[in-house]
Amino acid sequence: MQGYYPLFTAIPLATAFFSLLVAKISRKAADYFAFIASGVLAVMAIKMLFEPPFMYKVGGWLPPWGIMLVSDGLSSLMLVVINVISFLAIVFSIKYMTTYTAKPKYYSLFLLMIAGMNGVVITGDMFNLYVFLEIASIASYALVGFGCEKEELEASFKYLILGGVASTAVLFGVGFLYSLTGTLNMPDLAQQLELVGINRAVAFVIALFIMGFGLKASSVPFHAWLPDAHPSAPAPISAMLSGVLIKALGIYTITRIMFHVIGQNVMVSSILMFLGALSMVVAGLLAIGQSDFKRMLAYSSISQIGYILIGLGLALNPNVSVAVAALGLIGALFHLVNHAVFKSLLFLCSGAVEYRTGTRDLGKLGGLIRKMPVTSATCAIGSLSIAGIPPLNGFWSKLIIIIALLRGGYMIYGTIAVAVGFITLVYFIKLQREALFGTLPQALREVREAPFAMTLPLVILAALCVALGIAYPFVDHHLLQAAKDTLLDKMAFMNLLMGG
Amino acid sequence: MILYFLSLVLFVMGLYCLIAKKNIIKKIIGIVITEYSINLFLILIGYRKDGIAPILFRGMARAEIPDRAVDPLPQALVLTSIVIGLGVLALMVAICLRLYEKYKTFDMSEINKLKG
Repeated sequence: MQGYYPLFTAIPLATAFFSLLVAKISRKAADYFAFIASGVLAVMAIKMLFEPPFMYKVGGWLPPWGIMLVSDGLSSLMLVVINVISFLAIVFSIKYMTTYTAKPKYYSLFLLMIAGMNGVVITGDMFNLYVFLEIASIASYALVGFGCEKEELEASFKYLILGGVASTAVLFGVGFLYSLTGTLNMPDLAQQLELVGINRAVAFVIALFIMGFGLKASSVPFHAWLPDAHPSAPAPISAMLSGVLIKALGIYTITRIMFHVIGQNVMVSSILMFLGALSMVVAGLLAIGQSDFKRMLAYSSISQIGYILIGLGLALNPNVSVAVAALGLIGALFHLVNHAVFKSLLFLCSGAVEYRTGTRDLGKLGGLIRKMPVTSATCAIGSLSIAGIPPLNGFWSKLIIIIALLRGGYMIYGTIAVAVGFITLVYFIKLQREALFGTLPQALREVREAPFAMTLPLVILAALCVALGIAYPFVDHHLLQAAKDTLLDKMAFMNLLMGG
Repeated sequence: MILYFLSLVLFVMGLYCLIAKKNIIKKIIGIVITEYSINLFLILIGYRKDGIAPILFRGMARAEIPDRAVDPLPQALVLTSIVIGLGVLALMVAICLRLYEKYKTFDMSEINKLKG
């Protein structure tokens, strides 16, 4: 498998190119192309889980001069999340995207986005990370505006401007690091920065990265684009953006750089915890007032990103004990996986509802449980697990984060996390009551269940929600443990340079 | 040092243009100015006064390369970042044209269908 590692970016890039060519001959072929490519990627990502950590030298050039790709616990966890969710989103798109024109172009952009995200996750080079970040971002700007209606174009433009600022900040930070250390290779950078220590220049770089990657992750002071951009995109894209993109481009990059390149320190830890708490509270309160199905989900994404950030922030603090840091990290990573599963489930449900009823306005929906039983049941499972109802997966990850916060001595943050759990429950109950239960409006009498190609991914994701939740107390968490161990072991990351 | 400072000034000017101007074309120009200021900064990292190209000619002492040559890596980075900037610019202008078709204006304060 090791020799095939670069294929994670090569396959989607090649398919993105060829699916446009093939579409000239047959319109159906683009469907199959995207389906097969993303299926192959998902299988490859699952196979990568059984590989020991290694590094791949692109073109045989020795690091720190050549570009290297890194495979360890964290990147294989992210690869599985990205590729499995994108496979399900592509299955959903086959039927859903018939309401739009230019389907081959859609698949092409979708695959470019996957290529960018996979590249961000596997690379071990700072500038390479920036390039892949831009590939994924540009594809997502175009996908947000894919419908070319008034709202969509406006949302896309806002996202583009803010995303452009974020990319500029990241590039500035990368340039600064290069001028400080004379290297772009991450393990080498980590070694050089150990010698430099945290001086003012490094602090400035940290500020730039928190701004740049924080904008991509849309934590609260930088969140303005997300509630516009995510609802405007077609439903499978909303699921990808909320479920995967903000994590791969925002959370993953922050995690990798703060833990491995810069190293644990108190300042970053307190900033991330504060941003996390702020995101949870502000976005949670804003979500209650929303009347648009997808807009409410978008605000809820920001709020849940807050949970992940607060767990990561706790683990970044070098003063808490290793056990608490490990607990916080496991909670954050588990919540990342869970959020990817249930948020993409909920966005796909909103797509199925919109496909049949033609509206996303909660005021016009109601009583769908009788007309669309599968969609409604999966939607209910998704909302219950995001609200943290016991046997489902969201409960465990939130519980772990809260326990870690309390054991680390952060009483106030712990209380906030519990309170936001209630807020989440409130707005998801509102969503349930207005969309799924209650009286069926006259206009929706003739609604039927969504087609099979759309309900299948919903059922798979809902089953994952239940399975991850019920299995959690009983199985050995090899995946999460591996990712946690990689993150807390900075020495091993720096030593990748010697071995491999 | 003064050159670094000037590239920072350019960056701040671009950011001001991006935030303060209402016309979306001007906003795009602001983004482009910030990008160029970063490119300038990257080039300055590798710059060296009276530097030579990092190519080893016949009869040249090897020590001359580390002593006198400019750092070629930032130039490679800048080339890449210019190409990426071009891609973003093309997309921005395309969206801008479509916005004009729909709203018949370039004024961002009148393009406000989305709220909350």
